[in-house]
Amino acid sequence: MSCWETIADYGLRSIGIGERLLPRSDFTLCQQFTLIGSGLIWNIYFGTFALLFGFFLATALAVGKAAKSPFIRKPSEWFIFVFRGSPLFIQFFFAYFLFLSLKSVSPVFDPFTAAWLGALIVLFLNTAAYSGEIFHGALMSVPKGEVEAADAFGMSGFTKFRRVIWPTMLRLAWPAYTNEAIFLFHATTLVFFSGFPAWQQRGDALYYASYFADKTFNPFVPYPILAGYFILLTLAIIGVFGLVNRRLNRHLPDAQKGRMKFRPNVIR
Amino acid sequence: MFSFCTDPQSLDGLPWLACYLTTGKHMAFYASFGTVLILLAITAPVALAFGFLGATAARARFRPLAWLGKGYIAIVRGVPDIAFFLFFVIALDQAFEWIRHKIKCPDWDQPIRQGNDFVVCPAAKLPLSTSPQIWHEIYGFFLAVLTFAIVYGAFSANVLYGAMRAVPKAQLETAEAYGMTPRQTFWRILVPQMWIYALPGLSNLWMILIKATPLLFLLGVEDIVYWARELGAAKQARFSDYPHGDWRMWYFLALLIFYLAFTKLSEVVLARVTARLSHGQATLGGTGRSAAP
Repeated sequence: MSCWETIADYGLRSIGIGERLLPRSDFTLCQQFTLIGSGLIWNIYFGTFALLFGFFLATALAVGKAAKSPFIRKPSEWFIFVFRGSPLFIQFFFAYFLFLSLKSVSPVFDPFTAAWLGALIVLFLNTAAYSGEIFHGALMSVPKGEVEAADAFGMSGFTKFRRVIWPTMLRLAWPAYTNEAIFLFHATTLVFFSGFPAWQQRGDALYYASYFADKTFNPFVPYPILAGYFILLTLAIIGVFGLVNRRLNRHLPDAQKGRMKFRPNVIR
Repeated sequence: MFSFCTDPQSLDGLPWLACYLTTGKHMAFYASFGTVLILLAITAPVALAFGFLGATAARARFRPLAWLGKGYIAIVRGVPDIAFFLFFVIALDQAFEWIRHKIKCPDWDQPIRQGNDFVVCPAAKLPLSTSPQIWHEIYGFFLAVLTFAIVYGAFSANVLYGAMRAVPKAQLETAEAYGMTPRQTFWRILVPQMWIYALPGLSNLWMILIKATPLLFLLGVEDIVYWARELGAAKQARFSDYPHGDWRMWYFLALLIFYLAFTKLSEVVLARVTARLSHGQATLGGTGRSAAP
């Protein structure tokens, strides 16, 4: 069987297209590359959608945490504390069993016990909490002068936020937010190890890598393949976020532009 | 545990719960919280030592050593830590067995990798198949600690490397001007001063480490996650004196609260430590920097 046939059979295996049975014996390098790469689809799916939805909730949380009224501030603070203060692994387990119990109450909750929705919700809430904290920190360091200038221009309320505060907040938060995005993508590998079942063996990259490691009892092939894929994914994220960073900083002279620095400070 | 627990069928309400929560299995569950704390207590210093070695290597003037150190730091950049956990547990085990195999059975002529099997001579097995169960558990725990130390050592290497670079250059130049050797400069000037710069990063790392402890479950150790799943699962009257439905949700809620309390406590303590250590330092923190989140 040539490598092209393997790719045709297993390239989309993780989303249920192609060969039904996973390879059982005589594993080739091509099979491992194809299946682990196929699993990466799930990592990208979880990461992208959680980030996309999480971005909006994070902005709301950051503004909420900075609010004067305790009725808005306290819930935001508690939300951020609960999701940042506990391990994502436990959050996954708890959410899965919670959805499982809810399922017996009403069939509405059926899709929530599947990874595609249930795990996505947990990741969404989790990344919103972490990014909310980052955004809040940035919001607090928006220069006073810019806000006063906006006041002087007669801006108020939402216009001031939309046109002055929010862009500056994003600009200041962006390097830290990039790290958050990287670690969110890394955290997506936990999904299928934490209660959520991989239905019909449709799993993510780590799921297939550990499948091969278990079957061949040789961790030295599948895990480096996985590592390679994730390094590429990380570089892609840095590239995309770097473009946004350039756009956010386009009005600044070169010397002041925020440098993108990597700090592993937001892992779960 | 209590005297009234002899006949579980006759109990209900609070007494039932009291008896249920003090069964032998539950005692093992409570003890596994100790496992987590022991893991933290051992891993934190070992990871710090690994990190110190890594950071020192990354600063070395001998190029290959510096590459080694930087490569070690860089592994945390691109690859999920869970992948490292799953990898190192098998890889370390096989490495140990392979080394023992080379030493103990030099005249073994079959290949070690036979198809999908990893075969070493019986004398090289770790732990020996004849040794008691407790050794198997200790060995598993030891592998877990080593794995944690390697992975989080890379994180702390990153923090310490940054801290070493944050020490003002003038301090090191002055030391050189006084005629100190590089070794003296390193130990007498750089190392004592770097900790205050490293503290925010290290407190962060401690939080990360706390939140990584449930991953012990993936390494095959019977930790709190294992017991919460076991004990929470539905129990039928046929198999247990204390039948109940699916309570895993509540067990994991308890774990969630345990971790929240633990991180909150650490946060308070670390804030105090930071305040204490920054006191009188010639940094911004000396005049009231808030602690690391």
